[in-house]
Amino acid sequence: MLDGIWVGLSTAFSFSNLLMVIGGCLIGTFIGMLPGLGPMSIIAIMIPVAISIGDPSAALILLAGVYYGAIFGGSTSSILINAPGVASTVATSFDGYPLARQGKAGKALTVAAIASFAGGSIGAILLMIFAPALASVALLFHSAEYFALMVVGLSAIAAFAGSGQVGKALLMTLVGLMMATVGEGALFNQPRFTMGILDLQSGFGFITLAMAMFALPEALFLVLDPSRSNSGGSSGDIKDLRITKAEAKKIAPVIGRQSIQGFLIGVLPGAGATIASFLGYAVERNIAPKEEQAEFGKGSVKGLAAPESANNAACTGSFVPLLTLGIPGSGTTAILLGALIALNVSPGPRLMIDQPEIFWSVIISMYVGNVILLILNLPLIPYIAKVLAVPRNYLIPFILFFTLMGAYIGQNNATELLMLVGFGVCATLLRFANYPLAPLLIGFILGSMLEDNFSRSMQLYDGIGFIMERPMTMGLLALAVILVVLPTIRARRVRKQELEAAESD
Amino acid sequence: MALDRWIALVILAVSLSYGYTAFFMMDAGLPPFMRFNPIWPSTFPKVIAVLAAITSLAILLGFEKKPADSDADEIDFSRLWDYNIGQAVFLLVLMAGYALLLRPAGFLLSTLLFLVISAALLGERRFVILVPVAAVAAGGVWYLVQQTLGIYLSPLPTFLN
Repeated sequence: MLDGIWVGLSTAFSFSNLLMVIGGCLIGTFIGMLPGLGPMSIIAIMIPVAISIGDPSAALILLAGVYYGAIFGGSTSSILINAPGVASTVATSFDGYPLARQGKAGKALTVAAIASFAGGSIGAILLMIFAPALASVALLFHSAEYFALMVVGLSAIAAFAGSGQVGKALLMTLVGLMMATVGEGALFNQPRFTMGILDLQSGFGFITLAMAMFALPEALFLVLDPSRSNSGGSSGDIKDLRITKAEAKKIAPVIGRQSIQGFLIGVLPGAGATIASFLGYAVERNIAPKEEQAEFGKGSVKGLAAPESANNAACTGSFVPLLTLGIPGSGTTAILLGALIALNVSPGPRLMIDQPEIFWSVIISMYVGNVILLILNLPLIPYIAKVLAVPRNYLIPFILFFTLMGAYIGQNNATELLMLVGFGVCATLLRFANYPLAPLLIGFILGSMLEDNFSRSMQLYDGIGFIMERPMTMGLLALAVILVVLPTIRARRVRKQELEAAESD
Repeated sequence: MALDRWIALVILAVSLSYGYTAFFMMDAGLPPFMRFNPIWPSTFPKVIAVLAAITSLAILLGFEKKPADSDADEIDFSRLWDYNIGQAVFLLVLMAGYALLLRPAGFLLSTLLFLVISAALLGERRFVILVPVAAVAAGGVWYLVQQTLGIYLSPLPTFLN
């Protein structure tokens, strides 16, 4: 292994490859900031460039740089204008945007950068040590377990709901699931619930929905209430760029835990960064002390650090099945697999033995990519955060324009824009009535995966029997039930104690 | 009735019609060989429809206790008319107009118009700055998306293309 690491180091640190990493990170960060262009589309766009390089190591290093840059760029738009362009950064906006509104955009970006860096680096180290062993674990997960894992992910919405909000959060999740069934599913080639509208054949677009749920209502709120845009101290100076010692102490264990958890979830093909970030947020909220729990969703640094480190670690984790088994676990790694094959590299169990220089240089370059990303981005943060200092008369039209662009670029369909406006109005009304919108989006994202895996296991076991036959499925489903029931029991106990205290007075 | 219960009523209606489709209409078009499958395209929607109907009914009937504190940060719906509701509605109309104009008028012209009109609506009067900024933004985004990334955006009105 040490030989391999040495080969990898010398490849990754050659001058031209360092340039590749820097270039990739920069391209990824800037394009990733545009909502609507996630890592997947940026990598797809960069593939012709990468293939023309010829050298597989250099090409992969470039693409890995783009990948990391895009993830960080995506978090930027979530934090600054509440417009998550990628599913895995949705959880970032829960606490990142409130922080930015308090005038702490610089701090939020710094926390995000450091958490991403730590998540990615810890992920790379874990990948280096455990890749071969983890590959066999990933194979233990069948569709029944995936189904159960999705149920756990959805149950984690209990984490987003405050007291008296559980019903609303559940209802929003169900609405999201309903919306996910619109269009043609993967398993049944039959359009469902399209009401005869041709544009609904392929279902609702994720980006359209994400923009309509988060960015558009926020922009409308800014219009409705002009005092809102001034409340955030966006007077041009970016204060509080640095993280205080107390905050560093607070987020360090969160980053550690979530890097490992995120990595492990990322290893499972199909689960990926999105579930890792939601689960990371939910877990950290549930285990936080009571007074900190109230801060979640209102600008908690912990709530920002958790999904950021988890999604980066998960991205690294998703390379495990790709490099060791040749199975792409996510859309992005599937595109990378395509690039690898075009470069005459066939990933699989033999890769580590036949072409160790590629295997190791990819892993080392991930680490280098992370370091470079941090070095490039930390000095840029004050300038990026200045976006918020743009006068309101310019900021709002541009936010609206970017939401429109995000929805349009992906689909090239003007009807999508009308849907965006319609859903935006619905989402604003839902926000007026205190319905949480995040569960709707989570339900929508996980809905199709949930149904596919459920259907597949139903077909494999010819009925619902798979729950009994597979202990891991059973265990995960039990965990989901606990997640839903626990907050209710906890609330009831608190109420009981208060009642007893009141009676004894 | 408070707004949240009205919304629950709407969602209840939606889930009932969704459920009606799932229970009574979808299976009619199912080919005979698919009927031996343990799972049908309508299975999952049926489950969701039932759950959604129950949950929305629970909210409609007010089973859950309301949280005591409302967020001071949020906008009070009952005083909606005190806010700039006109501006917000106009911006939404403008966005819909953009969607309809994008194809026929081309990307550059419709984007320029959208940015200028919406900023002017919000109270911007320094057109000497506004128009060039909007033009540069429209041109810049078009250049980035079309020329650099290779995603096609028709730049000019249809009659010029």
